[in-house]
Amino acid sequence: MLPLLTNKRWLKVTAFKPHNNRAWLGVLPVFLIVGFSAVIPLMTVVNYSVQDILDFNSRFFVGFQWYRDTLNDARFVDAFIRQIGFSATVLAVEIPLGIAVAKGISKTSRMTPIVLVLLALPLLIPWNVVGTIWLMFARPDIGLLGVLINAAGFSYNYTADPLHAWLTLVAMDVWHWTSLVALLSFAGLTSIPAPYYQAAELDGARAWQVFRYVELPRLRGVLVIAVLLRLMDSFMIYTEPFVLTGGGPGNSTTFLTQYLATMAVGQFDLGPAAAFSVLYFLFILLFCWLFYTMVMRNDER
Amino acid sequence: MNVNVSRWILVAYGLYLFLPLYWLMSMALRTNADIVGEFSVFPVAPTLANFREIFVNPVWYQAFGNSLSYVAINTLISLAVAIPAAYVFSRYRFLGDKQLFFWLLTNRMAPPAVFLLPFFQLYSAIGLFDTPLAVALAHCLFTVPLSVWILEGFFSGVPTELDEMAQMDGHSFIYYFFRVFLPVNRGAIGVTLFFCFMFSWVELLLARTLSGAETKPIVVVMTRTVSASGLDWGLLAAAGVLTVIPGVLVVWFVRKHLVKGFALGRVS
Amino acid sequence: MSWMAWTWPTALFFIAIGTALLILTVLELRQPTIARRGLLPLVTTRGDRFFISLLSAGFIHVLWLGTMDSAVVWGTLLSLIVAIILMRWG
Repeated sequence: MLPLLTNKRWLKVTAFKPHNNRAWLGVLPVFLIVGFSAVIPLMTVVNYSVQDILDFNSRFFVGFQWYRDTLNDARFVDAFIRQIGFSATVLAVEIPLGIAVAKGISKTSRMTPIVLVLLALPLLIPWNVVGTIWLMFARPDIGLLGVLINAAGFSYNYTADPLHAWLTLVAMDVWHWTSLVALLSFAGLTSIPAPYYQAAELDGARAWQVFRYVELPRLRGVLVIAVLLRLMDSFMIYTEPFVLTGGGPGNSTTFLTQYLATMAVGQFDLGPAAAFSVLYFLFILLFCWLFYTMVMRNDER
Repeated sequence: MNVNVSRWILVAYGLYLFLPLYWLMSMALRTNADIVGEFSVFPVAPTLANFREIFVNPVWYQAFGNSLSYVAINTLISLAVAIPAAYVFSRYRFLGDKQLFFWLLTNRMAPPAVFLLPFFQLYSAIGLFDTPLAVALAHCLFTVPLSVWILEGFFSGVPTELDEMAQMDGHSFIYYFFRVFLPVNRGAIGVTLFFCFMFSWVELLLARTLSGAETKPIVVVMTRTVSASGLDWGLLAAAGVLTVIPGVLVVWFVRKHLVKGFALGRVS
Repeated sequence: MSWMAWTWPTALFFIAIGTALLILTVLELRQPTIARRGLLPLVTTRGDRFFISLLSAGFIHVLWLGTMDSAVVWGTLLSLIVAIILMRWG
């Protein structure tokens, strides 16, 4: 089916790039500035993580003790599992919803730029303001959403019920970030050449077939980026739950970063917080590498 | 999927986006006593008192100034270093290019919280703590890699014939770069500026850790207000509305290139 | 520099990584790597295999510290063996 799709003419030919090591001059400023903010802190974190630091004049080498403690700490493991659950949930909602929303945007209408700017709106709001907006919106006493749900006969209070807190956080994250997926998908959809659609029409393809065999394959590249960005950013979510639920009720919405920030800034436990940071970073590195390999493969195709 | 179904999903989603924003706006127009006292869907006695308070109270308007100053510094630094880097990434292969690009990406993806402890120590040690420069430099950790990523995507789409043509015309590289290449890519640069602005403007954790009493940014003043007892909802909502405005202004100027920017310049 | 709280073990660790990167750079200049496919399900260069070895070493240590009570030296030894296998045949 769809013979045009196998036509290699449409594939982008990667331009030939000459090899030139003097190009390093161009990347040197970036290398220095990011190195300053990334390498020095990373080394410092590793240093802290193997010591018991009372202050910088009295510190003791403890080897891997903090790592062992952290990995066997039930609170760390719980926060990690909660984090995975949260990230998986928001990805499962935002990616399909984002694609559906993008499909609804007309490619040619004069209103399109305005629709796109409106969609981008939640992305421009400071993260703590996003938390504040939902704090006001979902409060059972003064919030529109909270009052409406309670008026509809459901007892809803996100400050008391862990499940409600969870659902509110997911609703907030969907509100905040689905637009990113939608804008990315829209960019992917507009890049599909018209002959693809014409060929599908000639073949008498149904709407879902067009989506499955014409659009979805061409969306692969942008979707990998969308999943990567959403996975990483949901993995470091801090500000919004910090404002909305404060990690509660109990510890039910305490995610990794919040746990880390409490340890590092709140209690100033340098050693354990540093060990936590190194572990956290190791997982990020793994995810990042997996996705980078995927993106690179995509680009080479 | 049917186009009509998608259109309805878009409309429903638009409504979902709009409602919380409407609520923010409506609260900003009411006094605190009104908000706490009585629930109403529309503001019964709208007032601009909350906005007035923000414009006359130095704690609030200075906080806005502080935020804008570190965001501006960050955007300048990011663009200045990212443009040459993105150019050479898009035009040449060199020793360790892929590794370098990957390393940059990991810094965009790493949670700022991981660097929280040493950042505080680092910027205190070099005497930058509680200056706008500290927050601006710290935010470079993710804005610089992102800028390089976006600009590289855009620059790769510019045909190398342009480079060759300038060479044949006998222009120096400097002339070509500033008078031909950059103007051709002004859309890309605008969009990158928008993304630097956006990610620096919305960040809280690093901004809070690296700013003291002198440079408290708006996001921090707002969270202080949340945790304080006797919360003033109206004032908080008004401040929230005001924090959205700079972003809206910037996004309007780059609307043409916005979508391609979100796709990191990788889709034409 | 006192705030960086250097210790000899961590200093040696970073010196080792720095040296390894230096050696890889010199090797690359003298004798450019040829991307190949070995045990791993993807085409890798020398630098890729080094990175994968480091990452696996990290996760072997995490697993060891999380599940075993015995000294972590054995985990280090295991990561070394894995690294050699990956560098040679990966």
